[in-house]
Amino acid sequence: MKITDETIDYVSALAKLVLSQEEKEKAEVDLGNILGYIETMNELDTEGIEPMSHAFPLKNVFREDVVTNGDDRDNVLSNAPVKKDGSFVVPKTVE
Amino acid sequence: MKNYETVIGLEVHVELATKSKIFCGCTTEFGGAPNTHVCPVCTGMPGTLPVLNKKVVEYAIAAGLATGCTITQKCKFDRKNYFYPDLPKAYQVSQLYLPICRDGGIEIEVDGVKKVIGIHEIHMEEDAGKLVHDPWDDCTLVDYNRCGVPLVEIVSDPDMRSADEVIAYLEKLKLILQYLGVSDCKMQEGSLRADINLSIREVGAPEFGTRTEMKNMNSFKAIARAIEGERKRQIELLEYGKKVVQETRRWDDNKDTSFAMRSKEDAQDYRYFPEPDLVPIEIGDDWLEEIKNREPELRDAKMLRYETEYDIPEYDAVIITGSKKLADIFEATVAICNKPKEVSNWLMVETMRLLKEHEMEPEEIKFAPENLAKLIGLVDTKAINRTVAKEVFEKVFAENIDPEQYVEANGLKTVNDEGALRTTIEGIIAANPQSVEDYHNGKEKAIGFLVGQTMKAMKGKADPGMINQILKELL
Amino acid sequence: MDITTLTALELSAKIKDGEISVVEATKAQIERIKKEDQKYNCYVTVLEEEALARAQQVQALIDAGELKDSPLAGVPMAIKDNMCTKGALTTCSSKILGNFKPPYNATVVEKLEAAGAIIIGKLNMDEFAMGSTTETSFYGPTKNPWNVEHVPGGSSGGAAAAVAAEEAFYTLGSDTGGSIRQPSSFCGVTGIKPTYGTVSRYGLIAYASSLDQIGPIARNVSDCVAALEVISGYDKKDSTSVDTGEYKYTDALVDDVKGMKIGIPRGYIGKGLDEEVKNSILKAAKVLEEKGAIVEEFDMDIVDYAIPAYYVIASAEASSNLSRFDGVKYGYRTEDFNGLQDVYKKTRSEGFGMEVKRRMMIGAFVLSSGYYDAYYNKALKVKALIKEGFDKAFSKYDVILGPTAPSTALKIGENLSDPLKMYLGDIYTVSVNLAGLPAISLPCGMDSKGLPIGLQLIGKHFGEKDIIRAAYSFEQTREYVRPTFTKGE
Ligand SMILES: [Mg+2]
Ligand SMILES: [Zn+2]
Repeated sequence: MKITDETIDYVSALAKLVLSQEEKEKAEVDLGNILGYIETMNELDTEGIEPMSHAFPLKNVFREDVVTNGDDRDNVLSNAPVKKDGSFVVPKTVE
Repeated sequence: MKNYETVIGLEVHVELATKSKIFCGCTTEFGGAPNTHVCPVCTGMPGTLPVLNKKVVEYAIAAGLATGCTITQKCKFDRKNYFYPDLPKAYQVSQLYLPICRDGGIEIEVDGVKKVIGIHEIHMEEDAGKLVHDPWDDCTLVDYNRCGVPLVEIVSDPDMRSADEVIAYLEKLKLILQYLGVSDCKMQEGSLRADINLSIREVGAPEFGTRTEMKNMNSFKAIARAIEGERKRQIELLEYGKKVVQETRRWDDNKDTSFAMRSKEDAQDYRYFPEPDLVPIEIGDDWLEEIKNREPELRDAKMLRYETEYDIPEYDAVIITGSKKLADIFEATVAICNKPKEVSNWLMVETMRLLKEHEMEPEEIKFAPENLAKLIGLVDTKAINRTVAKEVFEKVFAENIDPEQYVEANGLKTVNDEGALRTTIEGIIAANPQSVEDYHNGKEKAIGFLVGQTMKAMKGKADPGMINQILKELL
Repeated sequence: MDITTLTALELSAKIKDGEISVVEATKAQIERIKKEDQKYNCYVTVLEEEALARAQQVQALIDAGELKDSPLAGVPMAIKDNMCTKGALTTCSSKILGNFKPPYNATVVEKLEAAGAIIIGKLNMDEFAMGSTTETSFYGPTKNPWNVEHVPGGSSGGAAAAVAAEEAFYTLGSDTGGSIRQPSSFCGVTGIKPTYGTVSRYGLIAYASSLDQIGPIARNVSDCVAALEVISGYDKKDSTSVDTGEYKYTDALVDDVKGMKIGIPRGYIGKGLDEEVKNSILKAAKVLEEKGAIVEEFDMDIVDYAIPAYYVIASAEASSNLSRFDGVKYGYRTEDFNGLQDVYKKTRSEGFGMEVKRRMMIGAFVLSSGYYDAYYNKALKVKALIKEGFDKAFSKYDVILGPTAPSTALKIGENLSDPLKMYLGDIYTVSVNLAGLPAISLPCGMDSKGLPIGLQLIGKHFGEKDIIRAAYSFEQTREYVRPTFTKGE
């Protein structure tokens, strides 16, 4: 599969990555090779096969509706790169 | 101008009334200091895993059954991937491929015309956190307390044609969900919010026009205004030969106009795929039956029962059941005092008046049924008269005071001491010879004046019946 | 006596007898790490103080007569750096988690603590477990104790190398496409990848959620099985955890394979397999046959499609799982940015290594609109066919036998430039993850370069006992071989 600049730009935007020109060129080659190899799957006829997410057929795993947690703010915020007033902080998002 | 038709579909997000979140044991309680209702799971700490709250599934099923949907008996969750600071895992656990309910509908009535609005699907998902702008540092603060609160998203078909139909649909939906106990639907707390998809087309056109979306509207009034505003904007565009752009717009209710939201930097490609951390849900016939049987009394049944069991007029029954909160107060109060007509009157007249006066929704009523029952008891035993009762009720309504204590503390009790009353009336008769004479001359009305005078002298704390009786006796 | 050369069970017996104290053992282990680890780079973090404090506590418990039923009580061990340890660095060998101290413990950590284990550190790995050589670690590559010019395998390279280098009595790794078995094979030690759902994933920083499974690595089958017993079991925090009610794996440590039916897929010993590895594997099969097993070859061509299906599924899940590393809640945040999008992009571009970026891009691609059906959904169908292929095989055989890897340990740098070539090295391991099966890798010989060869035994769903019995029986026919610790020094 031939991977274009546009494809690399598109997937890197989805993954929130910026690549240098050199990285882009390498990614084009690598992704092309890898996806090309992946396409060998197409040799297989999978008509009528149900796609399988879980190899072991579990179902209906639930918890009961009970509050088990208390205030854990200090723990949850302990790794925040920036915090203020008990909140995580990001650059302005609200217009 | 050509003849245009407005086409509207709604995506309504409803917060479910569970105690705990959808995938962890954190509380769903509204409010709380930022990030005090969170844990490693709902803040997306690396390595944490979700476990599904069973009640969420049951509530979603109940909502589906009550709106005529088919329940997807084998359903599962998917991940919707996008970056935003209110979404700590950078994906929302939602349902795309197999939503839990499909193909339902509810009937609305506008200006006497009945119409069914189709429900395309109902799916379960997790709510996101809250972003608050911090003006001091010009940054945004992120609070994950709402993150992971369970939601159902109810997606209608594009079947609505006016703001009135939209409001009727929302009112109906809200009532159904409240009666089911699935959600409190408090719009002011954001537990019911609507995204409006709106397009315009010429009447008779076979295709829909290009639609815009207005997100997260949470008041009926704003919704009505937004629909009107957006309808006009789109018609104007078409009239000037311009095109409607498919985009998300934000309705600014203060400026009475909508703005295009800065389009997200990249294409909306959510890359949905089955959530590998959760296993499929299989809803057997037994479980479905169990939920059906658990369905509480819905509005229509309640209305009928009020008329037959409590013997209140249809008109009253319609109004009271028009709010789940009013109906709850009605039943709880009747259960205590067993005076349905009295309770109904207090709700229909005084409560309605005060709600209107304070521009409040019935959901915001704060008083306890016990206190209304006590008030009714005070009137019934003639401990206070109706005029005093109305004043006391205002206090009950505003502050949920205990009327018995209040009447006692403020000395509002009717004076039942006949001797004292008799002495007062004798004084009134002596002081108003003209009225006495008028009375004896057949002017029945004159007695009303004397009663009023007596009441005034008693500072309103007398039983008018007793005054009347003593007056007639003395005259 | 050199404490660190003992097996885990030998050490715990001596601890119980009072012959060696827990503190003594812990100190000896940490001393060895201090002395040797600059050669191998097995550890990202050594928890010296915590381990010594814990050693005293565990000794006290043992003295008080507790932990009697805990065969590994007091034994120093270490875990791969993708399992969360409360308050202790957990980096996934990535810059982006370089300062991350989880506010909670993984379930396996809780279980280890309850069993009196002494966790002495966090082990190096391929960044976010993406790789087969441990060269993609932000903290530098781990080196193979048999020859430091060679890779230890990956992604649990630190976990396998630490056991071989006697820098831990046993370790925990994680296996998404062979990441326990392949490094075990390269380092001449034993590793088990349990059936999916046997060990809780709660607290394991996800690479590919539907494939990841934690498992033990040790110097022999008995140590490995003892560790598996400690960490396995139903966990209500992990929805994919399966309650089998049966975790007594030590019962299967029986030297008897009479009548056991063992199948060898012809594709596993065909083209692409190193000749010396092939001979060694067939010799091992012979040994089992001589002990009474019924061994035969059979065809299971479907596994040829395991690698493409694996890379689609694993990359797709990874691209989603790793999106949370965005510089907002934990970990690295770029220093210099202009606006929110810049925080995301710079943080992630600076914080992740190239292999991780590559897989996130593949993952984004195969899920993107227009490609989902052709790639992702197709891979899920191939996965179903692979599962079906194994089901068919297990209707005839108790155990499937083959090599763990197509070759012995490669030289450092040999594979790094060509990702596809590296991916193809997972040919015998990934199908096991797709089908969710248990498998064990144990040493079965040496090549002419003096590097260990690994034998892989695959069992049916929750068929751990079958592969343990076969592995244990085979192990009885050969001695454990220590690295000479001289090559390349
Ligand atoms: Mg939604
Ligand atoms: Zn939580």
